[in-house]
Amino acid sequence: MKKIISGNEAIALSFSDSGGVFASGYPGTPSTETLEEVARLGRVYCEWAPNEKVGLESAIGASIAGGRAMATMKHVGVNVAADALMTLAYTGVNAGLILMVADDPGMHSSQNEQDSRNYARFAKIPMIEPSDSQEAYDLVRAGFELSERFDTPVMLRTTTRISHAKGVVEQKETLEPKIGEWVKNVPKYVMLPNFGKIRHVEIEERLLRLKEFAETTPLNRVEMGGTDLGILTSGVSYQHVKEACPDASILKLGLVHPLPERKIREFAGRVKSFMIVEELDAIFEEQIRAMGIRVDIGKDRIPLCGEVSADIVRAAAGEARVAESAAPVPDLPLRPPTFCPGCAHRGLFTVLSRLKVFVSGDIGCYTLGALPPMNAMHSCICMGASISAAHGMAKVNEIAGGRVKPVAVIGDSTFFHSGMTGLLGMAYNGGDALVVIMDNRTTAMTGGQDHPGSGRGLRGQATRQVDIVELVKVLGVENVVEINAYKIEETEAAIRKGLDTPGPYVLVDRNPCVLRYRVKRPIFAVDPDKCTGCRACLKVACVALGIVPSDGEQKVRIDPEICNGCGICSQHCKFDAISQGKVGGSDGNF
Amino acid sequence: MEIFNIVIAGVGGQGVLMASRVLSESALASGMDVKQNEVHGMAQRGGSVISFVRIGERVNSPVVTPGTADLLISFEPLEALRYIHYLKPGGMLVYNKVAINPSTVASGLATYPSDVEERIARACTNAHGIEALSIAREAGNAKAVNMVMVGSVLSALPLDPRVVMGVVKAVSGGKGADVNLKALEGGAAARSSTIRND
Repeated sequence: MKKIISGNEAIALSFSDSGGVFASGYPGTPSTETLEEVARLGRVYCEWAPNEKVGLESAIGASIAGGRAMATMKHVGVNVAADALMTLAYTGVNAGLILMVADDPGMHSSQNEQDSRNYARFAKIPMIEPSDSQEAYDLVRAGFELSERFDTPVMLRTTTRISHAKGVVEQKETLEPKIGEWVKNVPKYVMLPNFGKIRHVEIEERLLRLKEFAETTPLNRVEMGGTDLGILTSGVSYQHVKEACPDASILKLGLVHPLPERKIREFAGRVKSFMIVEELDAIFEEQIRAMGIRVDIGKDRIPLCGEVSADIVRAAAGEARVAESAAPVPDLPLRPPTFCPGCAHRGLFTVLSRLKVFVSGDIGCYTLGALPPMNAMHSCICMGASISAAHGMAKVNEIAGGRVKPVAVIGDSTFFHSGMTGLLGMAYNGGDALVVIMDNRTTAMTGGQDHPGSGRGLRGQATRQVDIVELVKVLGVENVVEINAYKIEETEAAIRKGLDTPGPYVLVDRNPCVLRYRVKRPIFAVDPDKCTGCRACLKVACVALGIVPSDGEQKVRIDPEICNGCGICSQHCKFDAISQGKVGGSDGNF
Repeated sequence: MEIFNIVIAGVGGQGVLMASRVLSESALASGMDVKQNEVHGMAQRGGSVISFVRIGERVNSPVVTPGTADLLISFEPLEALRYIHYLKPGGMLVYNKVAINPSTVASGLATYPSDVEERIARACTNAHGIEALSIAREAGNAKAVNMVMVGSVLSALPLDPRVVMGVVKAVSGGKGADVNLKALEGGAAARSSTIRND
């Protein structure tokens, strides 16, 4: 049966159809829907791990115990899991193991655009890369076979345009999961130096065998067309190449590491002009140039940054005229993402904005607090860094003397992911920062996934709910206070007290995510007789608010369709013009 | 057949994704190849959303490049203007006339241009504005704006309208199907009246 599904859904379906037994991972755009779909299909055990390292390590255990396993994560998640990955490359696997990593060229929803193909080279393991949903489906099965045949973990790399693009997929026959033997093998699985030395030789030999395999596998295919131009490519770039240069010959790589040297040399020799089209880093090009193969067009014309498009390929190939496309209309007001109407983050950030403190931020919806008009986040590096970076700032503060404490802001899921260890370090080392944990009971930015504090697991099962306040105490912080970020005066007082009290100080807001938990409160309205048009309320950056002309004056109106009744705007009004439950304002269309 | 390129633009939460799904499922049900692509993630928080649907015998890239869209469906006037350069010369635009303030306007950092519709008309000779929100309300649910918009382009698609109706019925559960079908018909009627007005 044919169906139209995304790359992520195809990977999940194939995992369930290809004898998969265990899947784990941590949410991260654009990888998140993969595990959610495994759960929805309901045929294979799956779970959210608190972070990517735990997810991969659990998948390693599942493989050692004899079950085909998969760990899923976004590109930066591999950095977290890299400690496990680099030595997993040495131990190899028992049952097949796939690490699915979703890169984000163009940074649609990421803090960097690192190229995961570097990890396959770094770890000396095979990497496969689909170019559409059907290939994503096919490559999971091929990946398990490769993993078991060569005793190696296999990285399956997607990009946003593979993970989130939908295409037609034909399902194959379902393989029943077979649980293999659970064998004790100390020299293979215990990486003491003496065993590691033996395994290192083994993986260098494995890489040579994989190179031979790459020469003949149908995963790498030549599509001979005209011989004026030959293009080596992979992933979604293959689709752009097909579109831009329909007459060119193509060497399409499905196994992107290690490279098939003889096949590439032969292909390059058959065409007049040899071109490499790869998104992000010059990984193919550098290796191919090192082989002594002439490359005519590569990163000199294909950008190192952002996504490749058919237009970019056309221009680089220089054989077809790029379509004269109209330029975008300039100077339109931007429509960036923002806190949802009714979100508790809005309360916290209006206060932080007013206090002019240095805010050490983290990864989540609350990172949007860095944007105008809040401008209330001043650093954000990676998952968990808010607390540990604030600790470093606090120590310099101590040495410099007399400056205001830094404030770390972190969400619940991010705190469980890698904020806990930072707080442990701060408590242990007598740090002097204020930490605000916004516990909205979900991994909100990625669409509302469960975690150890939400009370539910990926398959919908009830779980023991971790109490963040108790956890903070156990980590060694004495001062931990609950706040309600919807009450801005109280929140400001709590923050001031935390700033004035020496030592680590933690505030916890426990208002649930309004989007995930469908929170609806009675809406607010503006009394146009009281509104002076001073715009103080607009500082809360809520899309429910807007200026409409009323009797020749500029008055604020609240859109009743959008307002979610948090009342934070009303607390910014000095004229008592905004109140709950009253109907007021004009029906201006905005 | 040539590939038929559709761009759907709107604001996070307006149902752009569902509209894209209806179009691509309809293409599949008509025996055609299709690629659909929208970017999830930060766009969901009230941000600008853009989605591509490409229909043909064989479709490669999931991405529509600027200057090549046969059809732009915009759920909001400012978003129509933001993505109007995706249209090829002579391409058709149908947009919802109901404006939604971006956060930059709501927070007083920018103003919503007063001449959006005039600028649309200048940039595209084949542009049609409809009152999708009131049509959706008449159909029974303000959230059915997405189905009104799909209805408004039914006659312009390389698809049999009955196939699209069948898909809408199949993807919306129970009572929702009636509302969505009414919204679809409302959209189709509104669009044919803009043709008469032209």
